[in-house]
Amino acid sequence: MEVQKFSYDNTIVRNFAYATVIWGIIGMLVGLTAALQLAFPEFFNEYLGFSFLSFGRIRPLHTNAVIFAFVGNGIFMGVYYSLQRLLKTRMWSDKLSNINFWGWQFIIVCAVLTLPFGITTSKEYAELEWWIDILIAVMWVVWGLNMFMTILNRRVKHMYVAIWFYIATFVTVAILHIFNSFELPVSFFKSYSWYAGVQDALVQWWYGHNAVAFFLTTPYLGLMYYFVPKAANRPVYSYRLSIIHFWALIFLYIWAGPHHLLYTSLPDWAQSLGVVFSVMLIAPSWGGMLNGLLTLRGAWDRVRDDVMLKFMVVALTCYGMATFEGPLLSLKMVNTLSHFTDWTVAHVHVGGLGWNGMLTFGMLYWLFPRLFRVKLYSKKMANQHFWIATLGIILYAVPMYIAGFVQGLMWQEFNADGTLANPEFLKTVTALEPYYILRSLGGLLFITGTVMMFYNLIKTAKSGNFLANEEAEAPNMRDANVKETGKHFWHRAIEKKPARFMIVSLIVVAIGGLVEIIPTMIVDSNVPTIASVKPYTPLELEGRDLYVKEGCYNCHSQMIRPLRFETARYGEYSKSGEFVYDHPFQWGSKRTGPDLAREGGKRNNSWHYDHMIRPKDISPGSIMPAYSWMAENDLDLSYLPAKIRAMQTLGVPYEEGYDKLATEDAIKQAREIATDIVNNFPEEVTKNLDINAKIEEMKSKEIIALIAYLQRLGVDIKGEAKEADTSNETEEN
Amino acid sequence: MLRYIKHNLTGIEDVAIYPIFSLLIFFIFFFVVIAFVVRMKKPEIDMLSAIPFDDAVEEETKHNLD
Repeated sequence: MEVQKFSYDNTIVRNFAYATVIWGIIGMLVGLTAALQLAFPEFFNEYLGFSFLSFGRIRPLHTNAVIFAFVGNGIFMGVYYSLQRLLKTRMWSDKLSNINFWGWQFIIVCAVLTLPFGITTSKEYAELEWWIDILIAVMWVVWGLNMFMTILNRRVKHMYVAIWFYIATFVTVAILHIFNSFELPVSFFKSYSWYAGVQDALVQWWYGHNAVAFFLTTPYLGLMYYFVPKAANRPVYSYRLSIIHFWALIFLYIWAGPHHLLYTSLPDWAQSLGVVFSVMLIAPSWGGMLNGLLTLRGAWDRVRDDVMLKFMVVALTCYGMATFEGPLLSLKMVNTLSHFTDWTVAHVHVGGLGWNGMLTFGMLYWLFPRLFRVKLYSKKMANQHFWIATLGIILYAVPMYIAGFVQGLMWQEFNADGTLANPEFLKTVTALEPYYILRSLGGLLFITGTVMMFYNLIKTAKSGNFLANEEAEAPNMRDANVKETGKHFWHRAIEKKPARFMIVSLIVVAIGGLVEIIPTMIVDSNVPTIASVKPYTPLELEGRDLYVKEGCYNCHSQMIRPLRFETARYGEYSKSGEFVYDHPFQWGSKRTGPDLAREGGKRNNSWHYDHMIRPKDISPGSIMPAYSWMAENDLDLSYLPAKIRAMQTLGVPYEEGYDKLATEDAIKQAREIATDIVNNFPEEVTKNLDINAKIEEMKSKEIIALIAYLQRLGVDIKGEAKEADTSNETEEN
Repeated sequence: MLRYIKHNLTGIEDVAIYPIFSLLIFFIFFFVVIAFVVRMKKPEIDMLSAIPFDDAVEEETKHNLD
């Protein structure tokens, strides 16, 4: 058969490799900043109290940067390298490869330029605004098209298992991203989620969980199936197992999302379904991990000498730990303790730092000498990196686990007389300070290692000679009619047909997806509407948008679980009917501060005013950032009519034509709150003050709208309890 | 579009049958996969798992690295 000559495109691999390292360091530094803010809140309030640096704004920047910039570029780097070699062909279009590269970097820059300024949708790991969502979809399709056309133009007959994972990644992330990003734009920088309350929560965590599954896991498993055998120089332990691993994993993962919403207002059957599938997930996850580790059978002596293998072994071990812990956390009993605490933070960092981080480092150390045709600049430094990073992971995870247990147990503790042992929430936060300091140290170590790697890789590149186009040759076996012995295995029929393969994997994923999505479509009949729950007033709506803008949901939940220790602390548990006008939902996933679902009416306006500006003066020891700028910034009401119209489109029952009256109502309510606050000023302040002028000035500030919103939280249902003294849930069908 | 679907599905009774039905589909699919995987022949397996190594050019460069 005629042997064809061609070349592999290494430039795109190198570009993505650099982007991976650079964005990785940036994303980790932002994470370290967020960690330090929790450990040393006073320092940040005193010297770095800028709005764009506040925890609520940069925590989303950290998560987005490490997921989509660090791991995202890592995925493209590994896929562009392995895909060409596994298919014995150059990427279909260099132009598309480059569009993919620059487009993705542009998206990341957009994220950096929007998130710190409060331009956010507040849906976790999907915070970017609508037009960036569209860009992401376009870039994802560019990558998918290029990959798919390359697969069609391959010179080999079969698609190796790694490529199945890439295909499943492409298909599923596209579905998840599109469904979760349905939003109605109000302006260029503001949109509302199409879904409300329970629906929004279910779609969000269906997305959130599967972003972990299909962005942080499946593509990396594909890379593992290529790079671990390459680095160990021996085939994967069991190809049979890899087939089962693949199909079981992609089928099961998509179902498990509701385990993020245990004991919430989500219908019970959906919660149970999430738990069952989460527990089953342990089988394919561990199948994959063992398959990776056992690939090293008989080569363990090489692990001692080969630093890339060391990184990969730790990556696989962390994957095993995280995927054992995942099902554990999805059990209601465990979740009662772990949810809303730092235990979850520890869990995701074992996955993020251990699995994604260490595998990426292993790939980079393996790739650079090959791309630059030279030995690694310093093996010793790479070894040091390995130990520093491993120590960093331990120093990060262990304190966070302890912090999670400590806080969870403190919340649950009751005195003998049946009262809460720690009625003050703050006490359960200040108890965590030493763990927050240790965690920052762990993060610092991990970053130090990454910077050392960057230096090592740059030195390697400088001493080498970059091979932009790697010459290769192979016969075209794609359509060759080679006589094969033995019975044909049906699975190989799909492996040979990429289009068929894509469709089958789409169906497999869609089954689980549909079962979760269909109930969200009909959730209207599952959510008992509560007659006393009314839409937000215009000012409260603006306040809610500010709550979203400042990222309050990063530290405060709005979801009281039906558990004794929760209702004793916060009041009546949350009902699904309370959230029907919440576009987007604000249930949150972590309580660094207390739950706010019943905050309305608990404290007066003046308390909130003072507390937002100087949290520590009001609650000594508080680690909340001081939101002094909210008392200085004027509230922008110019979009209010458009917002009301958007809400009407989404089904919120404001009266026809209310958009024209909304601004006036907002100003009226703001004046009432401002009057109340000013009237409560101490006498020594008011004696030299023009009270009316002060009220007029204060009423137009952002902080007033936020207070209006906070004072509304949970009030509707309290009113109902007074009226009827019974749970007044009525089904409206 | 969503409303259209929503309207139609609201009328479905026993919608909980969906998960059970899907679970069945999965288990059947899963056992079929296992059955065929078990029946795969050794030469096929070896051929497939060797795909990443069928790379003469790279093997050459590798010698320079070690």
